[in-house]
Amino acid sequence: MLEKAFEGGKKYWAWLFFLGALSAVGVYYYIQQFQFGLGLTGMNRDVSWGLYIGQFTFLVGVAASAVMLVIPYYLHDFKKFGKIVILGEFLAISAVTMCILFIFVDMGQPMRIMNVILHPTPNSVMFWDSVVLSGYLAINALVGWVTLSADRKGVPPPKWIKFFIYLSIPWAVSIHTVTAFLYSGLPARHFWLSAVMAARFLASAFAAGPALLIILALIVRKISKFDPGKEAIQAIGKIVAYAMFANVFLLGLEFFTAFYSGIPGHAASFLYLYVGLEGHTELVPLMWTSTILAIVALLLLVFPAARKKEGLLAFACLSLFISLWIDKGFGLIIGGFVPNPFEEVHPYWPTMPEALITLGVWAIGFLVLSMLYKIAISVRERTAGIEIEH
Amino acid sequence: MSMDRRQFLKIAGISSILGFGASVASATHTIWEPGLKPPQVEPNPDGLIAKRWAMVVDMSKFKTDEDIKKVTTACHQTHNVPDFRNPDGTVDKKFEIKWIWEEPFGRTFPGSENKFMSEHIKDMPFIVLCNHCDNPPCVRVCPTQATFKLPNGITMQDMHRCIGCRFCMAACPYGARSFNWTDPRKAINPATENKAYPTRTKGVVEKCTFCTERLQFGKIPACVEAAPKGAMFFGDIEDPNSEVRKIVTSQLTIRRKPELGTGPAVYYVIGGSDHA
Repeated sequence: MLEKAFEGGKKYWAWLFFLGALSAVGVYYYIQQFQFGLGLTGMNRDVSWGLYIGQFTFLVGVAASAVMLVIPYYLHDFKKFGKIVILGEFLAISAVTMCILFIFVDMGQPMRIMNVILHPTPNSVMFWDSVVLSGYLAINALVGWVTLSADRKGVPPPKWIKFFIYLSIPWAVSIHTVTAFLYSGLPARHFWLSAVMAARFLASAFAAGPALLIILALIVRKISKFDPGKEAIQAIGKIVAYAMFANVFLLGLEFFTAFYSGIPGHAASFLYLYVGLEGHTELVPLMWTSTILAIVALLLLVFPAARKKEGLLAFACLSLFISLWIDKGFGLIIGGFVPNPFEEVHPYWPTMPEALITLGVWAIGFLVLSMLYKIAISVRERTAGIEIEH
Repeated sequence: MSMDRRQFLKIAGISSILGFGASVASATHTIWEPGLKPPQVEPNPDGLIAKRWAMVVDMSKFKTDEDIKKVTTACHQTHNVPDFRNPDGTVDKKFEIKWIWEEPFGRTFPGSENKFMSEHIKDMPFIVLCNHCDNPPCVRVCPTQATFKLPNGITMQDMHRCIGCRFCMAACPYGARSFNWTDPRKAINPATENKAYPTRTKGVVEKCTFCTERLQFGKIPACVEAAPKGAMFFGDIEDPNSEVRKIVTSQLTIRRKPELGTGPAVYYVIGGSDHA
């Protein structure tokens, strides 16, 4: 089946070449960073995690969101998702790949990565995060491959795969819960020390991931003969709308506790992000961009008339995806470090090499995604019209 | 036939590939003899020992900025802490590494300031360093046990195991940890470099060690040694006769962010009378 990834037209190869070039730029700057040290980035003593860890956090959510297709299809027998579920699983594979790469590029001593396995430390949430992430990658690769191979042969997938499909559901929840625990268990960071953190992570993940999936499904339909299904896309639109409302609600809870309690430490990061603190307003325009995009997306998603127009749906999903990317992939991480433990404000902004390394990792992720989708499309185009029960 | 180390390693390497390794090694010299003990397992008879090391700081005994500078410089030179500077001579915040430094009262004890408190205390600089907590969040989060507790209460780290994930920096409530954003050796003055203490590599986290390496040779921490008389005390807080214990028992001392449950081992005397 793998050979399908290497059979394509001129446009397919041009796209792969483009992504390959972006990845090469990222690799070039990563080599620079490897030689000089992480000082090549905008991070410093006070804001010691930045864009890389933000992207990692955001993409764990995208990876986990595959479960939003798996649950309706496999637990509720929602047949409309039969063709699209593979797109969710393959998206999860590419998202987890990016997560692992973002962790890797963020390490000060990447050559010592095996120390995590040589000295396993169960009291460290990061240890568990590496366990659940690699497990999730394996499960999705296995499930995606086995089900798609069966489809190609026109037979139902083997019974034993059901076990892994069901396992993927709690596992998806676990990857994002454990990722939230990286933050919500730290005593010194008021902004992160919140019991709703994991819930907020899941809600934003189940909005951003499926929103990306809608965009991808619309692209797949446009460029190939594989139609993931109009009704399936509409159903995902509803999931995105619910999840986004849950996310905004949870964010509102954070605001209430921070400001009604009147405890300065709880409010400080929110003030820094949304209005500025001690004269530092670096992130304010970005956070309001995120807020406005979220409102636009919600308005378009909540009215069926708008949501049913696929152009508007795509626009809403794109707005929502960018909104959450800013909120979670940037603001959430930086906000935790500002103000610092001395209640001083030290701003952070990524450097050009840091941004290009980030872009390079995304390019590698999309390269993996494009090749996996190419395989899925090739199989689906051949078996068009044949419905196989999973 | 004479050969230098390089040549020897080359030949030894090639021979071991060919299966001659064992014979070459045994023929040249004895690497290990049964019954021979490596020296580091023997505790130094002069070493200082404690059930629980702790520190008391009385800022009222620091009379000038110079007094504070002596303390921070003593630590940073002893431990080869790099000094990154901008072209104009100010500290380069981008790469800054510090083990011990000063902060104003309000920054050291956030939320403890009030509008009407004495200007004297408000403006007083406080020396801050790793608190060597009883229950350190940095140790809890480290994925490789590169940072760990010693039985004497000191929070240590293994620079060779650290993977540079910086989880400990996010976890520390005291901002006590610094990361080597680039090679620190380029910011160490060769003239003042302490050859007896290792320099670090880029990509690892470091912080105060309560001078573990000095305690082993019977010396008190470098900062305490350099401090004015009665300004800094170091000792076993579990020992009822130690200076630190006597001060903490007899006077009002405060610790940084005790509400977080970390159990800091650095106590600050506020008010400043004579001790012990």
